[in-house]
Amino acid sequence: MTVRVTLELPSVLADVAGGRRTLAVEMDRPEPTVADLFDLVAGVHPQLVRRLRTESGQLRRHVNVYTDGADVRGADGTATVLGPNAVVLVLPSVAGG
Amino acid sequence: MTQVMLAVGTKKGLFLGWSTDRDTWEWEGPHHSMAAVAAVAIDTRRSPVRLIVGGRNEHWGPAVFTSDDRGRTWAEEPGGSMVFPAEAGADVEQIWQLQPGPATRPDEVWAGVEPSALFRSEDGGRSFALVQSLWDHPHRPDWRPGAGGQCLHTVLPHPTSPSRVMVAMSTGGVYVTEDAGANWNPSNRGVPIPFLPDQEAEYGQCVHKVVRDTEDPELLMLQNHGGVYRSEDGGATWQEAVEGLPAVFGFGLTRTPGPDGAFFLFPLSADMSRFPVDGRAGVYRSVDGGRAWSDSSTGLPDSGFHTIVLRDALTTDAADPAGVYLGTRSGEVWGSSDGGTSWNQLVSHLPDVLCVRAAVLP
Repeated sequence: MTVRVTLELPSVLADVAGGRRTLAVEMDRPEPTVADLFDLVAGVHPQLVRRLRTESGQLRRHVNVYTDGADVRGADGTATVLGPNAVVLVLPSVAGG
Repeated sequence: MTQVMLAVGTKKGLFLGWSTDRDTWEWEGPHHSMAAVAAVAIDTRRSPVRLIVGGRNEHWGPAVFTSDDRGRTWAEEPGGSMVFPAEAGADVEQIWQLQPGPATRPDEVWAGVEPSALFRSEDGGRSFALVQSLWDHPHRPDWRPGAGGQCLHTVLPHPTSPSRVMVAMSTGGVYVTEDAGANWNPSNRGVPIPFLPDQEAEYGQCVHKVVRDTEDPELLMLQNHGGVYRSEDGGATWQEAVEGLPAVFGFGLTRTPGPDGAFFLFPLSADMSRFPVDGRAGVYRSVDGGRAWSDSSTGLPDSGFHTIVLRDALTTDAADPAGVYLGTRSGEVWGSSDGGTSWNQLVSHLPDVLCVRAAVLP
């Protein structure tokens, strides 16, 4: 079963995503997760995924990820399952000075 | 004089200064804006000279950037230049030190990071691998974070014996390998630990910086958390070296190169009062290997100076006479072009200065 997912990025990350803010991804596995999505995207855009999560797979502290409008930290984190036609939105949190 | 480059790492990016006379400077930047740049190396062993920058963006994490064209363009390893192996179960939080190896190993670059770990590059700083032996050290569970984090902030490769490397961390203290990293031994004898019940423990010191003499590699100077120490035996033993200092706390420490060079310190009042003594920007110089220190602050502010110089924000160039430079957390860079005798402000209104490096370019 192929699950189609749309990954939406902030403009500041477009330069490490081939100049694009929206990536259409097809995932050929049942119940794919956010981590699976990042693994797949890392094969094409490793710098992008490096900015989103640490080498041990943790979502960076000031990176927020929403699936269909819901913060994944309120669900299962990067283990959150993506449904068909899911929209995964990455937003930098308000942080710093 | 040929061109001198100053690389100033700040809380919001890297600034580069250029001068042919060290009186007038042209500045550009920020490069990597919004990344806190706590570590920079100007690797003059290579042609062209390579800039190696360790930054941490609050959102996007740490990264190493290199430039072989003096900052016009930058390269970054797509998957990250410096990452822990999966089995370590750790993440690089910040890069605290980038240190080129000895001249005989032009591709070797060392890096110290938070959490306390040592990385080594064999390709001139483009990619690094964890030094597993130090990561596996049985003392590691006892190393604790200081106020700045649990960092390995100093790497001192031996200039003529490449198998000998000294590192220093806060907290943890000084460790030395004599066999290219097969074994690491604490090397803190004589350096007390004022914040632990056992002040003479073998390790656990909060060492702030260590600098090696350029003429005698066995002579070392150490700024401890409350004390300055010198060693004449490669760090095997340390003796107090505070004569002439107005205070013994501090971070910045450097040594101008050559037989007429000197060590320089920027003392702060105390652990619990981290300000320059009496609100005065006081640089202290030792021309006798740390046996005595004297004030060397002509031109620096005499009063109202309530900012500090961080551990890698006091540095030198290799010109003759040597230049000495210091950066402050209030975004100023001061320089001396006469071996540290007199000082001028080179730039102000930068973000907090975290580190400064200088080099005479070929």
